[in-house]
Amino acid sequence: MTTATSLVGAGGRPLINHASLRQTLANTLTMAGRGLLKIRRTPEQLIDVTVQPILFTLMFTYIFGGAIAGDVQSYLPIIIPGILVQTVITTSVVTGVQLREDMDNGVFDRFRSLPIARIAPLSGALLADTVRYAIATTLTFAMGYLMGFRPVSLAAVIGAGLLVIVCSWALSWIFAFFGVIARSAGSVQGTSFLILFPLTFLSNAFVPADTMPDWLQWFVNINPVSHLVTAVREMINEGVVSTEVWVALLGAAIVVAVFAPLTVRAYMRKA
Amino acid sequence: MTDTRIAVEARGLVKSFGTNRAVDGVDLTVEAGTVYGVLGPNGAGKTTTISMLATLLRPDAGTARVFGHDVVRESQIVRQLIGLTGQFASVDEKLSATENLMIFSRLLGLSRTDARRRTSELLEEFHLTDAATRPLAKFSGGMRRRLDLAASLIAQPPLIFLDEPTTGLDPRTRGQMWDTIRRLVATGSTVLLTTQYLDEADQLADRIAVIDRGTVVAEGTALELKASVGQASLLLRLRSGSSVETARSIIGRVLGIEAIVSPEAGRLTVPMSDPDRVTVLLVAFRDEGVHLAEMSVQQPTLDEVFLTLTGKGIPDDDLAAHEHADTVEGVRA
Repeated sequence: MTTATSLVGAGGRPLINHASLRQTLANTLTMAGRGLLKIRRTPEQLIDVTVQPILFTLMFTYIFGGAIAGDVQSYLPIIIPGILVQTVITTSVVTGVQLREDMDNGVFDRFRSLPIARIAPLSGALLADTVRYAIATTLTFAMGYLMGFRPVSLAAVIGAGLLVIVCSWALSWIFAFFGVIARSAGSVQGTSFLILFPLTFLSNAFVPADTMPDWLQWFVNINPVSHLVTAVREMINEGVVSTEVWVALLGAAIVVAVFAPLTVRAYMRKA
Repeated sequence: MTDTRIAVEARGLVKSFGTNRAVDGVDLTVEAGTVYGVLGPNGAGKTTTISMLATLLRPDAGTARVFGHDVVRESQIVRQLIGLTGQFASVDEKLSATENLMIFSRLLGLSRTDARRRTSELLEEFHLTDAATRPLAKFSGGMRRRLDLAASLIAQPPLIFLDEPTTGLDPRTRGQMWDTIRRLVATGSTVLLTTQYLDEADQLADRIAVIDRGTVVAEGTALELKASVGQASLLLRLRSGSSVETARSIIGRVLGIEAIVSPEAGRLTVPMSDPDRVTVLLVAFRDEGVHLAEMSVQQPTLDEVFLTLTGKGIPDDDLAAHEHADTVEGVRA
């Protein structure tokens, strides 16, 4: 017969109706560990973060370099931060697509029935994906370096890289939201790119904004991606940490504040 | 308050998907330490019911308590008391058995050392040690189910939900699964299982709820349910040349019971209220030249309970078809 003593949680913990912050962090880390294990098991899913930075850096620099900055060398300080931001943000779309595929797997039913922090399966998956962003960041900088780009210092590069990764992680909550509510991985990709293209191209990532029509400049100037690109440029070209960094981080925080609860709610409601 | 006697108490559970009321007022009471079977055909609302009890779905109406804790308001507590083995193995395909169990153990708050110990214990118990490091993609259906069940038992929850634990398994693996479930109950766990198989409910469950179109149509022990359908029946098949009509009138005269004539030629089913009278009937048959090709006694089965209750009964349908044929003939004549 069942006795009162058996009615305690795993490991003899008392029954509590909410997940503590410590448990949330621990669960998130475990789920992130699961994400990394999966990357190790299927390395082919890293193709987008390895091929894309190399290809885009080469293509954009040699195609636009002469036309925009006079020559390739003087275009590099403008384009490398632009490519970096664009590549890493594009990568964050894949986060949503993979989350959808992952959720179609029955294992998510089990996660939902476990006494874990509700956000952990999502936050963990998103956290594991920062590894992908780090790979894309490193390769973009490496390509730039090979093509002759010289940033002010390694510290500036690391700082800028971290900033981009943090902001992309924040943006990936948007795509995670699509991932949770969409019916198939394909539709996640479609919807996400609809958001992604205006966001990355209607910015100062590839060309300076001052030749654009006024109405477009208005959008480009409020686009958080522009602020992120400017912040990265200032950091790696001048070694300056300006208010742009804080604007970018604030934008990131707002995205997380809005989309993380939305995503978790949609995730919990999903049958 | 925590209630240690009643594991599950559901009252008037309702869940609709669009216009379809998948679960339409289900009441269940499961005593702790028992196996409770929820029996029903595909689409009867079994999985939806379990999903609500296991906090995966929010009921549209009604209440459910697990050991006295409300599944909606105290969902996180409920999750600490249950283990769920879904209809489709809820384990990670891309990872190995060890990795799966390690991740679930860590999520449940076990330390790394404890998680490793528990993982190897469970692998051992479910005969998966040899396959522990292989990716799941190479697992058979039975191995996957076993791993799934093992994953539900990590925290040794007092209540275990098994949603169609043996659907799609071959008979031998099904037998192994049954043994495992029996072992679980022997250790004091409460098990709520759903099944489409009557023999499974008959074999394992202390009490059974028959569910159809989202409502409980009958509830009781296997014996009680069988008794509700009635007594055993006598099955007779006549040799060709013997008249079914004669046989039917003899049965009516000797036993005072209307025999059910099956559409296949020469088959009769006779409800057997008093086995002693069968001798009289057989003697009467011999006297009047009715010859039998076959005779057997059929005990009521859970099948019949199921068919009678859910109205999808083959006997009923046959009967109706037969009566219908009679009327048609009557009209022609």
